[in-house]
Amino acid sequence: MRYLSDVAALARKDLLLELRAKETIPAMLLFVLSALTIFHFAIPRGSSDVAALGLLWVAIVFTSLLGLTRAFVPEREQGLMDALIMAPCDRSTIWLAKTLSVIAFLGVAEVVALPAFTLFFSGLNLKTVAAVVLADIGIASVGTLTGAMAVAGNARELIQPLLFLPLSIPVIVGGIGASATAGPKFLLFLALYDAVFVLLSWAAFDFVAAEA
Amino acid sequence: MVSARNLSKRYDTRRIFDKVDIDLDEGGFLLVTGPNGAGKTTLLRVLAGLAAPTSGELVLPVRGEIGYLGHEPLVYKQLTPRENLTLFGRLYRVPDREQRIKALLERFALWDVRDKAVATFSRGMQQRLGLGRVLLHEPKLLILDEPFNALDTAGAALLDEELATRSRRAVVVATHDPGRVEGLATERLAFT
Repeated sequence: MRYLSDVAALARKDLLLELRAKETIPAMLLFVLSALTIFHFAIPRGSSDVAALGLLWVAIVFTSLLGLTRAFVPEREQGLMDALIMAPCDRSTIWLAKTLSVIAFLGVAEVVALPAFTLFFSGLNLKTVAAVVLADIGIASVGTLTGAMAVAGNARELIQPLLFLPLSIPVIVGGIGASATAGPKFLLFLALYDAVFVLLSWAAFDFVAAEA
Repeated sequence: MVSARNLSKRYDTRRIFDKVDIDLDEGGFLLVTGPNGAGKTTLLRVLAGLAAPTSGELVLPVRGEIGYLGHEPLVYKQLTPRENLTLFGRLYRVPDREQRIKALLERFALWDVRDKAVATFSRGMQQRLGLGRVLLHEPKLLILDEPFNALDTAGAALLDEELATRSRRAVVVATHDPGRVEGLATERLAFT
């Protein structure tokens, strides 16, 4: 119960910081809409729906990277990771709260991005929407861990994409697979990815935070 | 409360400090002096549990019983003083949290600005809030790194009072200008 109370307090803090600063979500919205607009004009008329869905997943991954790069900015700029890791709470609560807030930011971006995609390209089926939800969980859990690793490093702006993008390749594979093929195979693949990386990130955060 | 034997810290081949011994009991006051860049901050971070020593033995109070104030106040500048202290009060499981926060904000002359963003505060006000943050959970070991540097006159006077009235708390203060707290020290460690 205390664990959840700590997560709630930390997540509330992250959401409050974004509400006050209004930096991450507007940037993500602008980026994803710009990317979809560019893709709309860039791919030839008559291209397949699968190609368009591929671009949707590219837009989602790079939009999430933008949000993830900002995830630990308050802690990094003001040295607050020290204050958080000294608190007598389980350090994984910091990761879980940050992951939940990243999922919330991604959700807001996608509430705008998915209708924009249907406007520019083609309609989306329920499987694609389910894949996006599953992908958000995986992206946020892995990306929050790599974000915390980047806080500890010197070349922070380089480390986050270098660590996160290779780990997000299975999300793209699973997302496009779920969108373009019949059957639940790729949704199960995304769910498995989530289960593995949520568990790994949750367990590893204590060590990462100690170095941050 | 704090016991260190042959404590050393190196970054690669660079020696930060070497074979430091510390014994600090309840009510003890360790004054760490030395010029800038001598390794005082690194030692304090090791004593706060924020960095691991390269070698040596170290016994510290458990996490949550240590209060550390570094060069930065370690508060969220987009949040208000009340929101900051409420967050840390929850994480540190401070009993009677609301009353304790009110008392601290009044004591540090921040009650009137309790609902204003910390970003609008002067550096001295921010550091007073930082001091409130480390005292909120009544730590058994209080570690202060150059605490008077960023404090305004009112904050410095409050800190003088806090340090002078310590009872069962152990205190470690690092400063390059020891005059202000020299008389309180029970242990001394000089870096060169």
